[in-house]
Amino acid sequence: MNAMLNNLASGAWGGFWMPPEGSAMAGEVDWLFFFIYWICVFFFLLVLVLLVAFAWKYRYREGQPMLDAPKHNTALELTWTFIPTLIVIVIFFYGFKGYMHLAVPPPDAYEVDVTARMWSYSFRYPNGEQSNELHIPVNTPVVFVLTSDDVIHGFYLPLFRVKKDIVPGRYNKIWVQATSLGTSDIFCTQYCGQDHSSMRNHVVVESRADFVEWLGKLGGGGLPPVQRGKYLWETRGCQQCHSTDGAATGKAPTWKDLFMSPVQTMDGMHMADEDYLHEVITHPNIHPIAGFQPIMPPTEGLLNEKDVGDIIAYIKSISKNYHPALPAATGPTTGPSK
Amino acid sequence: MSTASTEVSAHSHAHGPGHHDPHLAHHFDTPEQQFTSAKLGMWIFLGTEILMFGGLFCAYSIYRHNHPLVFKFAAEAYLSTKWGAINTVILITSSLTMAWGVRAAQLNQKKLLISCLVMTLMGAAGFLGVKTIEYSAKWDEHVWVGSWNKYNGDNDASYATPPPAQPTTQPAIQIPVPAYSPTAIADDANTGLDVSQIKPRYAYSFNQSIQLAPPKRASDAKPTDEEQRDERYRQLSASDQWRVNTFFSCYFLMTGLHGIHVIVGMGLISWILMRTLRNDFSSEYFTPVDLVGLYWHLVDLIWIFLFPLLYLIH
Amino acid sequence: MSIAEYQSQKKPKVDNYLTHNRGFLSWALTLDHKRIGLLYMMFVLSAFLLGGTFAVLLRTSLLTPNHWMFPSDPAHDTQAKLFYNNMFSLHGAVMVFMFIIPAIPAILGNFMLPMMLGAKDVAFPRLNLMSFYIYCLGAILFTWILMGGILRTAFNIHLPFGFGLDTGWTFYTPFSTSKAEDGMVAGVLGAFILGFSSILTGVNFIASIHTLRPRGMTWFRMPLFLWALYATSIIQVLATPVLAITLLLLIAERLLHVGIFDSSLGGDPVLFQHFFWFYSHPAVYIMILPGMGVISEVISVHSRKHIFGYNFIALSSVALALLGFLVWGHHLFVAGQSNLVDSIFSLLTFSVAIPSAVKVFNWLGTLYRGSIRFTPAMLFAMGFILLFTIGGLTGLFLGALATDVPLHDTYFVIAHFHYVMVGSMVFAFLAGMYHWFPKMFGKMCNPAWGRFAAILLFIGFNTTFFPQFVMGAHGSPRRWATYPVEFQPYHVISTIGSYIMAISLITVALNWLAGLLWGKKAPANPWGGNSLEWHCPSPPPYDNFPTPPVVDDPYNLAAWEYDASIEGWVPRKSQPAAATGPAANRTRPVTH
Repeated sequence: MNAMLNNLASGAWGGFWMPPEGSAMAGEVDWLFFFIYWICVFFFLLVLVLLVAFAWKYRYREGQPMLDAPKHNTALELTWTFIPTLIVIVIFFYGFKGYMHLAVPPPDAYEVDVTARMWSYSFRYPNGEQSNELHIPVNTPVVFVLTSDDVIHGFYLPLFRVKKDIVPGRYNKIWVQATSLGTSDIFCTQYCGQDHSSMRNHVVVESRADFVEWLGKLGGGGLPPVQRGKYLWETRGCQQCHSTDGAATGKAPTWKDLFMSPVQTMDGMHMADEDYLHEVITHPNIHPIAGFQPIMPPTEGLLNEKDVGDIIAYIKSISKNYHPALPAATGPTTGPSK
Repeated sequence: MSTASTEVSAHSHAHGPGHHDPHLAHHFDTPEQQFTSAKLGMWIFLGTEILMFGGLFCAYSIYRHNHPLVFKFAAEAYLSTKWGAINTVILITSSLTMAWGVRAAQLNQKKLLISCLVMTLMGAAGFLGVKTIEYSAKWDEHVWVGSWNKYNGDNDASYATPPPAQPTTQPAIQIPVPAYSPTAIADDANTGLDVSQIKPRYAYSFNQSIQLAPPKRASDAKPTDEEQRDERYRQLSASDQWRVNTFFSCYFLMTGLHGIHVIVGMGLISWILMRTLRNDFSSEYFTPVDLVGLYWHLVDLIWIFLFPLLYLIH
Repeated sequence: MSIAEYQSQKKPKVDNYLTHNRGFLSWALTLDHKRIGLLYMMFVLSAFLLGGTFAVLLRTSLLTPNHWMFPSDPAHDTQAKLFYNNMFSLHGAVMVFMFIIPAIPAILGNFMLPMMLGAKDVAFPRLNLMSFYIYCLGAILFTWILMGGILRTAFNIHLPFGFGLDTGWTFYTPFSTSKAEDGMVAGVLGAFILGFSSILTGVNFIASIHTLRPRGMTWFRMPLFLWALYATSIIQVLATPVLAITLLLLIAERLLHVGIFDSSLGGDPVLFQHFFWFYSHPAVYIMILPGMGVISEVISVHSRKHIFGYNFIALSSVALALLGFLVWGHHLFVAGQSNLVDSIFSLLTFSVAIPSAVKVFNWLGTLYRGSIRFTPAMLFAMGFILLFTIGGLTGLFLGALATDVPLHDTYFVIAHFHYVMVGSMVFAFLAGMYHWFPKMFGKMCNPAWGRFAAILLFIGFNTTFFPQFVMGAHGSPRRWATYPVEFQPYHVISTIGSYIMAISLITVALNWLAGLLWGKKAPANPWGGNSLEWHCPSPPPYDNFPTPPVVDDPYNLAAWEYDASIEGWVPRKSQPAAATGPAANRTRPVTH
């Protein structure tokens, strides 16, 4: 109850009907909402007043004669057919206009890929980084490209008045342009099973500068190379086949003690130094190893040079053959550590 | 609208020719009214049947419109126009014999009615026999419905269609794309349905053997039918290859539902036959024969639409 | 019928359809449309009780943001959510398929249609009985599956084949085909079977209205209830088969993996939605049209006035039936249809609002200069007019694309459809039951309790559902088992309203029971209607009319006058001369 009262007091709840407006589009939608609303109020009051007035005036009283009345009146009936028709055409027109604004993103909008699965969202930004949080810059058109990994979900941002279903096997798009800073809700609107109610998230609207800073910190960008290498091992799929504790997965060689150990490949013997590691990471299966299928997926576009360097740093750090002078590992890349 | 009461009675108690007619139900005034009512009811019911099949025809149209080459390939490779045409002739003939039978019932020709009904039944049985031949041929070729279809993505012992190809920087060996890859997603411009390459549900897993490129044949060996078919299959685009299963779903659902209606029709005709043998029908009362005849004509009509849509795709 | 014959009703030994023959088989194998109507009533009202109980349970569960009915630890958390998901699926599926769609056609329609036609039965009595048994079969299967899920998730009781359904009544793919609990196939089969009952009833009614109309009853001399049933039957016959094939395809998808709706096998999940709503949108007109027909009858008879604008009302029923087939895409506005398709469906959706508006104004026109009696039936009918106005007007928000985008799949939609399905349809059903109760059972209900129940239900209904409009506009999605705490006040008000509704509906049930057991004997025409069902005794004899009734304008209420000695209406002895010329359009002034 307290939370609710705080909400009301701070204005975060919005008006009686609608939440606060988070975007310019929200204003347009709310205008139409209240346009329709007042038309509805008018007609409802009309019906209510007529009903109550007739019920009172024409209630049965013993001995009271009934008055003469027509059984139909074509002119009247046509009138109350045509006037509603005109009204709904007007409503349709405004609804259509507003919808086209909502539905067609500007061509230069900032693109965020949204992937929904039971029961969470994940967001991928243009720099390739992935996050479970949605941050967008203020006053910038942002288009969301929506897809699902399993069943149909919904993507609803109440403060922006946008919503679209997220359908597996296709891409749906919606766009927003936030006009004020703050955090607001993301709700899933399409029933998707047990935890549908918990499938909620937040969208954080920040200034451009803050947004860029946050984006830079994604993907472990703030981590030192060894830790970042480990992070990449976990999140880029290397973990599926390469173990780091010496366990034999049967799918790929373990990384433990790999650095500076001899590797027997089908085209000769190699020493697993930085050059070798760099080559086999960026050109998978180029040196097939006996006993393993050449199943390593391509990494082009998946790992940039900094990523490769950080992975090599990590591989070095778990090898008994690596004796750095200093505890901090360095890889063959540079790059500002934020 | 007149407000005066009319002096007409709601229902007359006149006793016409149907007087004490054992077939006249108590709520009808005359046998003609009852017959008209029954026929109207039957036509409405046939309308519902058309709408039910309509849903299937609609699904067929959508998928065929979006993937015409898939349907062309599958129909040419796996459906025998010969058997389809034979079935069409059988069913049309059985419709003829059925209509003839209704006429015979109208004219009180019991023997003719019996032979017409028997011939219709034989036609129906022949139809089902041909369908059995076709269905078992499909079973042998592993192209049944759903998971029993070698083109179905669910099928682990798959025909191992390589998944949709990656962009050009690929070694000759096809490898599945990991689930998290942000690489370019092929946009299927025809349909607006994008093939999401990040789907892990291909007939493929890390533990399976790699499907290599087709083995080279000696250049002067004539390709077998199966090899020709596989060759045409490989010529389909990646997203089309993935959808051949849809054709078979349409085929089996449509012909299957139709086959069920043929079986039900056989049951109804047998029932009419039994009643004929019991002398239930005469020129004054042959309504059930008429109604079952209407049903049978509908079953035939549906097949006449199914045949060109499924078998005659060019 | 003469006064003497009416008064002879007071003799104790009357042979009517209830007493005509006795024994279980005489009911189980009856071909009498009236008995079949009562058999349907037992099952349909039980379905209402089941669906309603779960509605109250649902609302109770939503009193707090975190399903307080279960202990709050992780294991119970899962159980609570599964229970909620099964509950709302059961509520929706039972109410839609087992209650609303059959309610008025199968109960009041079966009972009144032949009598309004002056006939002895429907066109196909055996088909009618078969429809009933198909309904029973589907209902039992459906209930078993759904309750099995409830018992399992709430109490860990495992019924054999008690699989449960947690997809919602809309069975959207791919959730229903790949993730839902196993009961999905059997549940869908139950719905499939129930659909056939609906189709066969529709066939029966269309044939009856075409072929059993008596001489003198042209199409435009039929009571409007028959127009409504006719339009409803057209929809039943054309739309339900599409549901049948959709459900079959759903079963094929689930069992055989044909890949028609599953995107990973080449199918399209949105295609399912198109197929499903192609039936389910017309289905909502199956639900509301008979209710509108009842209201036309009740408003006219209980205000002693000829219906205003008969032609417009009759034609708007048919218009609604036909236009209703063109608007299904508005359920898919945010599903990913193209903008062009969205726009077309939006425009068509608005067209469907017009016939409904016409009817509301015509009903108000009927009340004008009437002589209104505030019987329970009339109170429910007036409630209908107000609530249907709100329900219909809120549809405008949802038909307009720009406002639909934020409101789609929120509590706003839930409130909208409950206003039309409960506020309108249930009110109409109750109005019809009160209106025809004396005819069906030969007893009168206590009107004071009936009026009380009507007013209480009106209050309870608005308390329950109006806050949901606000909640939805503020962003609360539907089908939520738990919710952010900010929405709690709305949920609490809504739940309190649901308890008020429950009390009022229990009052109605007790009112009817008391009427059955201890009610005053009903005259043949307690309200003074002129359609043909009032021209026979209450309850009717086995074959409806001891003497064939005379066909007249069904709204010529001036043909009856009140007889206080029997507390009912009798034919007016001195009929005024038939009106012709300009005066023919006027109702004749009468003292009652």
